[in-house]
Amino acid sequence: MLTKRIIPCLDIKDGRTVKGTNFLGLKDAGDPIELAERYCTEGADELVFLDITATHEKRKTLAHLVKKIALKINIPFTVGGGISSIEDINIMLNNGADKISINTAAVNNPMLIETLANNFGSQCIVVAIDIKQINGSWKVVTHGGRTKTDLDAIEWAKQVSERGAGEILLTSMEHDGTKNGYAIDITKSIRNEVTIPVIASGGAGNKQHFADVFHIADADAALAASIFHYNEIPIPELKKYLFDKKIPVRI
Amino acid sequence: MKVSVIKYNAGNIQSVLFALKRINIEATVTDDHEEIMSSDKVIFPGVGEAGSAMKYLNEKKLTDVIAELNQPVLGICLGMQLLCRYSEENNTTCIGVFDDVEIKKFNNKELRVPQIGWNSIQNLSGPLFNDIDENSYCYFVHGYFAELCSNTIARTEYGSPYSSAIQKNNFYGVQFHPEKSAETGETILKNFFNL
Repeated sequence: MLTKRIIPCLDIKDGRTVKGTNFLGLKDAGDPIELAERYCTEGADELVFLDITATHEKRKTLAHLVKKIALKINIPFTVGGGISSIEDINIMLNNGADKISINTAAVNNPMLIETLANNFGSQCIVVAIDIKQINGSWKVVTHGGRTKTDLDAIEWAKQVSERGAGEILLTSMEHDGTKNGYAIDITKSIRNEVTIPVIASGGAGNKQHFADVFHIADADAALAASIFHYNEIPIPELKKYLFDKKIPVRI
Repeated sequence: MKVSVIKYNAGNIQSVLFALKRINIEATVTDDHEEIMSSDKVIFPGVGEAGSAMKYLNEKKLTDVIAELNQPVLGICLGMQLLCRYSEENNTTCIGVFDDVEIKKFNNKELRVPQIGWNSIQNLSGPLFNDIDENSYCYFVHGYFAELCSNTIARTEYGSPYSSAIQKNNFYGVQFHPEKSAETGETILKNFFNL
């Protein structure tokens, strides 16, 4: 049976793992290579690296880091953060990344999704969608949450799926870092509207939150950061809990 | 041991090379016929689309080279599918080592396609699965699959059961990615190199 995936996410800034709340107030959370190895050993199903510095010069440093991590870990990993060109993606893949996550660049140029899916295959292209409730409706935000758009979250998710993305990484900016649980309703709505897997992100604070996002929203995977970085919820313990709740997980 | 990884236009092979490095296997990425034919082991990787991959392999005259290999060959994901007779993906005639196996599209409306994630493998048989427990988990990413057949050496359920690994003589094919399947994948790769 296909299992639900648990995905630790490492936000990378200047070669270190950082974590903030509602995308702000960054704190150092450790060495990304050490964290990656630990997660791999503990039974994480995938890893996601988001480079939040994402300037051209810094990206070369990121490529080195990607390679160091790729040589060590034996589970899939996704790299994102300011990546948009075929050249950038080739660099990351040649350094051992398995998938690439794109976000603002896809909103600015939706055709990019087709172009990249045709070049690298859908399985390689994860479209990250950051969302925020504005006047009661879920809208897409870009540039790490700094820019609002008029784009409806569900409409954008459908478009992303139709244009050939392999997966959607859905982050509610309001929930991110709050530890109050995932944005269940909108995750469920989007999960029902698209045919590709949806990774829920933002808000995990306890084990019940994971059970809810799998049971109620039927997310295909759940991503979290700080609760794993600081070992508040060890991955083996989380998986055992989900298994006991009859949620299929790899143990 | 001389190991070749077949170079063609289908996707990212860096992950495969890194996985081999982790089990101390040095491999050459090549499309050179002599080089491939003189290897002790051949890996035929690939993610991507069947039609354009076959077109490229035909242009490079690699299809005959691959079909006639006598040493152990491991097809991974698209590589496995291309070793079959035919794929529904863009109505593609494939290499045909597994000459009665066809690749179908997942068309159950209840399923997410592609299947992405960790699924279990069952009914394991043959040396590729030495020391691998029934129901071990492997990492899959695919929208097309091989039906159960006489060559099936592992099966997996996604909507219905299908072949997650096939074997015929010296040819092995796995639908999952051993290079990304944690310790289970590493053991399967080691088993292949011990053949």
